[in-house]
Amino acid sequence: MTSAVAATAGIGRRENLLTRLWQGNTGPVLIVVAAILIFWYAMAVHMNAPWQQRLNDRAGEEVSFTQFVDQTWSQKKPLLPAPHQIVGEIWNATVLTDINSRRSLAYHSWITLSATLLGFAFGTALGVGLAVIIIHNRASDQSLMPWIIASQTVPILAIAPMVVVGLGAVGITGLFPKALISMYLSFFPVVVGMVKGLRSPEAIQIDLMRTYSASPWQVFKMLRWPASLPFLFASMRVGVAISLIGAVVGELSNAAGGGLGVRLLTGSYNGQTIQIWAALLLAAALAAILVSLVGVAERFVTRRMGGAA
Amino acid sequence: MNMSLVAGVVIFWLAAWALNEFLVRRFSANRAVRLFVPLLFGVTLLVLWEGITRGLAVPQVLLPPPSAIWARLTDSTSILWADFQQTFLKSVLAGYAIGCISGFVVSILVDRSPFLRRGLLPIGNFVSALPIIGIAPIMVMWFGFDWPSKAAVVVAMTFFPMLVNTVAGLSATSAIEGDLMRTYAAGYWQTLFKLRLPAAAPFIFNALKINSTLALIGAIVAEFFGTPIVGMGFRISTEVGKLAIDLVWAEIAVAAVAGSAFYGLVALIERATTFWHPSIRGGGA
Repeated sequence: MTSAVAATAGIGRRENLLTRLWQGNTGPVLIVVAAILIFWYAMAVHMNAPWQQRLNDRAGEEVSFTQFVDQTWSQKKPLLPAPHQIVGEIWNATVLTDINSRRSLAYHSWITLSATLLGFAFGTALGVGLAVIIIHNRASDQSLMPWIIASQTVPILAIAPMVVVGLGAVGITGLFPKALISMYLSFFPVVVGMVKGLRSPEAIQIDLMRTYSASPWQVFKMLRWPASLPFLFASMRVGVAISLIGAVVGELSNAAGGGLGVRLLTGSYNGQTIQIWAALLLAAALAAILVSLVGVAERFVTRRMGGAA
Repeated sequence: MNMSLVAGVVIFWLAAWALNEFLVRRFSANRAVRLFVPLLFGVTLLVLWEGITRGLAVPQVLLPPPSAIWARLTDSTSILWADFQQTFLKSVLAGYAIGCISGFVVSILVDRSPFLRRGLLPIGNFVSALPIIGIAPIMVMWFGFDWPSKAAVVVAMTFFPMLVNTVAGLSATSAIEGDLMRTYAAGYWQTLFKLRLPAAAPFIFNALKINSTLALIGAIVAEFFGTPIVGMGFRISTEVGKLAIDLVWAEIAVAAVAGSAFYGLVALIERATTFWHPSIRGGGA
């Protein structure tokens, strides 16, 4: 998307690629990312230095400054691992490890991803269903809506362990409890967005439908539903991101089940900082991919419906 | 099992539903009715919960009835208060204040440079969607087991929503308003304080409201990764292990009330300070 913006900025004027990148978001973003990486490496030296110093003193070694910097970037359990260590760990644990072994990050990512997607699908379906009920029934609008909002004051992430343990006590384990947490988190933005979206057609448009003697179902199918799609996609983008968070937190209380959350937890128990950062970065990548997939779906659907994509 | 209890509850539910339906059809303009309808729905929910857990003899481990939770809540106020102090008064408030203020200050700094704004905004948007809560184990390693590590997680979680919203708010003023300020010979800071910050206030309050819920959740979840023997997250995870689910629900009730009160307080301040904004003048939420 950023490159598209950069491309349109350059239309009409003959400018080279560099200037075009500069005027869009891409150039600035790349520079900020580079600055963050440099800062990160510097912080890695700063934070890992005291421990490395003590190691070297104990061994009685004298090292040059460049050697010392290199040492701080290659500790086994650094306070702050350098970016290349994390990337190396991800590479080792995904590509170079058997995908079915419990040491493979791809295996754990798949566990998290499947719970996320299942919960997200349920949450979206529940959200759309509730929104349809709410806009067609005034009593449920006035009585349901405040409680849907109140439902989000229960910090579900905080009680995720209880949900998982409680359901485990009656024999429901595996994917389902985590998906339930994801669902609880993701249905809310969808309800709110869809109620807004299904109500977005103006009165004059609904009146027109009535003059055509359209049935409520036809009004829904031909007017309300298409009008609500932009709202649905905006909500889904929020929903899929928090679904992932729900799945990760849900995994914290079932260490045997696997998943990125478990990698975080075992990493923190064993002081394996590189493992923690690798799981964290992978979770971030998953979130980014899921959000952009929703964006792609949105563009596809709006184009199919004849909207300006 | 006690089927008559279940049947009674279902009848109560249907009756309450019918009453709600009737009230909304007849008196939907009445203010008292508008307040009563959701209240009745909530009471119905509690009665349903109580009746079904008792009538179907749902195991306590799965879902205790509300009356048992209330009994536990009044029983163990001292524990709950200590946890509340540790989690809410220390981690949440400290982290929330630092996160919001630093996000605000950074966005003012960023705002002076269009280059930084274009570079930081997409990154800020991206980071807002990430599972930041995962940094909790790292923060525990860096800042120790006590509340500062939880506050650090809260800072990281609240910083980006504040940054993104404030930057968006600062660009909410139109060019014509900026030109007007220039004809008054207003400097940068005068324009900032008299025009752009007030115009950005709805955005800033939006971030403050989002952050009020994020902060509580962040602090509680961060406590799952290691904490001294006090705190809401600690209590929830250990009592779940001991299968004392009623105490867990009592803790959740406290968290829900604290979270809603926090949110409500921010919303009240918003109403008091941005009373001129159309979204509030119109009487909407």
